[in-house]
Amino acid sequence: MNKPIAISAETLIKSFKGTKALNEINLEVIEGEIYGLIGPDGAGKTTLIRILCSLLFPDSGEVKVLGLNPVQDMKALRRKIGYMPGRFSLYHDLSVEENLNLFARLFETSIKENYHLIRDIYQQIEPFKKRKAGALSGGMKQKLALSCAMIHRPDILFLDEPTTGVDPVSRKEFWEMLGKLNRNGLTILVSTPYMDEAAQCSRISLIQKGQFMATGTPAEIINSGSEKYYSIKGDNKYDLLKATRNFKTCQSVYAFGSSLHYTDQKVEFEPSELGRFLNEKGFGDVEIEAIEPGIEDRFMTLMKNG
Amino acid sequence: MAKEPIVTVRNLVKAFGSFRAVDNISFDVFPGEIFGFLGANGAGKSTAIKMLIGLWRPSSGQATIAGFDIYRDTEKIKKSIGYMSQKFSLYTDLTIRENIRLFGGIYGLDRASIKRKTEELLDQLQMQKYATAMIHDLPLGWKQKLAFSVAMIHEPKIIFLDEPTGGVDPITRRQFWELIYAAAAQGTTIFVTTHYMDEAEYCDRISMMVNGKIAGLGTPDELKTGFDSSDMDEVFIKIAREGEVMI
Repeated sequence: MNKPIAISAETLIKSFKGTKALNEINLEVIEGEIYGLIGPDGAGKTTLIRILCSLLFPDSGEVKVLGLNPVQDMKALRRKIGYMPGRFSLYHDLSVEENLNLFARLFETSIKENYHLIRDIYQQIEPFKKRKAGALSGGMKQKLALSCAMIHRPDILFLDEPTTGVDPVSRKEFWEMLGKLNRNGLTILVSTPYMDEAAQCSRISLIQKGQFMATGTPAEIINSGSEKYYSIKGDNKYDLLKATRNFKTCQSVYAFGSSLHYTDQKVEFEPSELGRFLNEKGFGDVEIEAIEPGIEDRFMTLMKNG
Repeated sequence: MAKEPIVTVRNLVKAFGSFRAVDNISFDVFPGEIFGFLGANGAGKSTAIKMLIGLWRPSSGQATIAGFDIYRDTEKIKKSIGYMSQKFSLYTDLTIRENIRLFGGIYGLDRASIKRKTEELLDQLQMQKYATAMIHDLPLGWKQKLAFSVAMIHEPKIIFLDEPTGGVDPITRRQFWELIYAAAAQGTTIFVTTHYMDEAEYCDRISMMVNGKIAGLGTPDELKTGFDSSDMDEVFIKIAREGEVMI
């Protein structure tokens, strides 16, 4: 039994001043998914989300969100979706509680009626409910924005880069909140520039320059390429990086935390050959081993190939 | 070998009323070092940086930047440092060449130096062909490299980079770190903040702030060993979430 489709877009195109912000995007999000749009600034994530939320009109392409057309059925659609934009968009000079009340009343509901939906999140900022929203810390603003986006019981939640500029611990906590909302049945479409957050999504698309480079579960994307990846460990990382780049069959080599990640042009690559080469260049203790790539490795390979 | 530190910080405090945003921090940074200044949002990093670059007066404590006192010599400090933030701070409706000239002027370079520097930078960045392009038409990675070069135009001894790689694609992010390495190899001291924990590994030493205090300070390996962690992500979580401290 197939689950219903929550969002679909076919050959979606949107240009700004001759630049294609979205270039033939095809997207399908199933009910109950956490779907991630993963890509850097300027890739088209915000444009796509704004079109799906009826805030921008596409140049061409077919879009359906909850069976509605965001252009023709704008009003009906807006009642059913929650949207948390990338920038804090609440009223700075209203208090926490006033902001939430305003959103509830705009959607003809009340905090009381849907409190259970936001309880876990809102409880954390409730002690500050008389404080002006502008005076909240970054993390608290985020929780308030999420509460406001949820108070009318949306069927889909759109989040545009909710974790950008947020420290790793707060990011983790935010994803725990999203996971919980999702387990309670909420469909979520979320964008992020942080590749490591892909692992939290049921399916993802890697987006770059207005196009999807890959779509699938994180595991599918990791296993989709034919490239083999190796990690290289040794002292003097920057010099090691430059030396490795000069190896005759080097395809790519990038710093990855405490090691380097390497791919070779040849299928029959022998790590020991590279090891010898590096030894000759004066790098003594070098460890080279085959690794499973991460989403970021795949993103970089796809970027280079594209 | 013991070089003289280029940044010395002793018992530095910034209080807002009863709240201590920066609560008695001390550390040294050495010439040519890449020093990672990490911490959770609201931990006090920005407040500390604002004092170090001479924008905010501390409540108490001492610090020197390139030999200058952060109470008395704030103008001299501003001339000895470069600063680049996430927002890149370039003028988007000026061209590449105009931005270089403008910042050269702001940093007090004479005409001849500005001219020489402009050509040098355009060559280095391989942007000669695009010298008359407006900033707002440039890809993000270019803006970032240009912002970095412009912040270095007066050849400062130390450069402060405030989340320089936020939102940038993974290849550009790594290319940017190569610029950082190259500058450090030339002897420039790098003071950098980031939320990417893999980038923490690229620093020579790291300080991690929690609630206004430094909870961990050392090389990436020292911190990983000290907090019994396999990577910096784990170190960060132990420090920021579980309140562990290593001194």
